[in-house]
Amino acid sequence: MNIIIENASLFLILAGFFGLFMAWGIGANDVANAMATSVGSKALTIKHAIIIAAVFEFSGAVLAGGEVTKTIRKGIIDAGGLAATPELLVYGMLAALLAAGCWLLIASSKGWPVSTTHSIIGAIVGFAIVGIGMHAVNWGKVGFIVASWVVSPLLAGVVAFSIFRSVQKLILDTENPFENAKKYVPIYIFMAGFMISLVTLVKGLKHVGLETTTMENYSYAVVVGLIIMAIGKYFINRIQFDQSLNKDFHYASVEKVFGVLMIVTACAMAFAHGSNDVANAVGPVAAVVSIVHNDGAIGQKSVLPIWVLLIGGAGIVIGLMMYGHKVMATVGRKITELTPSRGFAAELAAATTVVMASGTGLPISTTHTLVGAVLGVGMARGMAALNLTVIRNIFMSWIITLPAGGILAIIFFFTLKGIFG
Amino acid sequence: MAVSNYMSGIFGNSPVKPMQVHMEKVHDCVSLLIPFFEAVVAEDWGKVEKNQQKISTLENEADTLKKELRLNLPKGLFMQVSRSDLLEILTIQDSVANKAKDVAGLILGRKMVLPKAIANDYQKLVQRCVDASDQAKVTINELDELVETGFRGSEVKLVQKMIKKLDKIEADTDKIQRKIRSKLFEIETDMPPLEVMFLYKVIESTGDVADQAQRVGSRLQLLLAR
Repeated sequence: MNIIIENASLFLILAGFFGLFMAWGIGANDVANAMATSVGSKALTIKHAIIIAAVFEFSGAVLAGGEVTKTIRKGIIDAGGLAATPELLVYGMLAALLAAGCWLLIASSKGWPVSTTHSIIGAIVGFAIVGIGMHAVNWGKVGFIVASWVVSPLLAGVVAFSIFRSVQKLILDTENPFENAKKYVPIYIFMAGFMISLVTLVKGLKHVGLETTTMENYSYAVVVGLIIMAIGKYFINRIQFDQSLNKDFHYASVEKVFGVLMIVTACAMAFAHGSNDVANAVGPVAAVVSIVHNDGAIGQKSVLPIWVLLIGGAGIVIGLMMYGHKVMATVGRKITELTPSRGFAAELAAATTVVMASGTGLPISTTHTLVGAVLGVGMARGMAALNLTVIRNIFMSWIITLPAGGILAIIFFFTLKGIFG
Repeated sequence: MAVSNYMSGIFGNSPVKPMQVHMEKVHDCVSLLIPFFEAVVAEDWGKVEKNQQKISTLENEADTLKKELRLNLPKGLFMQVSRSDLLEILTIQDSVANKAKDVAGLILGRKMVLPKAIANDYQKLVQRCVDASDQAKVTINELDELVETGFRGSEVKLVQKMIKKLDKIEADTDKIQRKIRSKLFEIETDMPPLEVMFLYKVIESTGDVADQAQRVGSRLQLLLAR
């Protein structure tokens, strides 16, 4: 107990710094995956994508990230047996942050497909097993999280498949796709706006201090959806049917209509990513802060200080500014296969799945969910070619990430323990 | 930080655009048959040779494109049309150019002269063959739209209409071939037999250009039938 009180400000600074480091890594690399589909489909320029990412990642983290943060903070480790030695939990959480951040940095520089979520969970479970003992891990919860990693890409795939089939049926396969696109795309925009605002209202606003009833939530979500739809409709109506564009590719004008939709889903995607992945970075920070504030008492009910979420948001934005644009440019240039009509289906499905998971507090991998959604579009015969080998590697990588994050966390855990005695 | 990225890796190289580029090259090659036969009728052998060389060069280029595309279709690629179907269409596309090269090579090699009686019809035949390859190209150009619509709906109808038109052009070339043969039959006794034999052969080879172009369409039709 003394250790914590003696080093209170040092622990807080370390936690803040490591959290910033990990969020920076997410911003520098992971965000690019979420946004590159929009850049690749030319619905957004890189500059716009960065601005959207910065704004919506940040708001996603602050508004809807609370539940996932809670899971990471106290859902994985059963802290009951640690009342006498709370400093172990502090070392562990710091080590987990540092391990996940380092692993991300190593993997990203080598181009390995790793997930931020998987590395942080692996790190926390790793230090808990070795540093505290097998019993310290809340295995039920961890099993649930791992199951959600399998379910989320599948779910996103099914949703993407259905969305893209509906697009084919209502718009692309018809005699007059351009007119139908103008008619139906606003409805998709409404769906995206409604879904994101609903999850924010139900799960997010509590942290900001607003209490609302279910009925209010639904009606506010409808209103927000309608407003976004009206804005989208205004831009869609300004698109003219361009005859010259249609010589080589009949759907050029239709895709322009989908381009408007793609901007909305890009915002949704950034929001979803912020709500889930940023929470991964700030979860351990929140755990440390909570222990330090309570002078070493674990499991005290404490409100998540807003500055913790702000650190996550800020780290992402800094990472984006420093490296994100480069990654986005490279990835975006390569993804030319995703036309707006396909990209939006994948993004909307992935964003929906991730935001719902965030709402229930499940930390899932945004990248894997997006890959599942892209596969779903491919299954709907909407993609010319997908590289199954790469997809297999992506899914294989999370099996490697878990022990890697764990081992690094164990090393850092004993280092910290050694330093502070 | 990272330069390589896995999100972009999951999208395999789409075979659609290269297929279209290949067909375009094939058509460029085939359409040279028109100036080639103009020169043959005019018996301007310098020009004939120059055109034959151009045809041969374009055929080689098409070959290279074909090989590149084959190498870029690994087995782990997930596509909505089967890999073997695509490769078969590609082979047929390529054979259209091969036939054109055969015709040009045979005529130049033997310095064959078209008898006045059939020259006019022959040029019509060549024109129709080029039309057939053009129609095959237009049809293959719809591949990207087919992918977009998931091989369903009104786009399929459009492509089927194109294939029907291609069939009609090919039927035309058969008709013209018959006409040329019967005219040749009337005058064949007055000509050196060897010359006549090769004329019959070259007529058939020319018709093959349209036949192969038609096969591109029929093979595509099999993709649409499910």
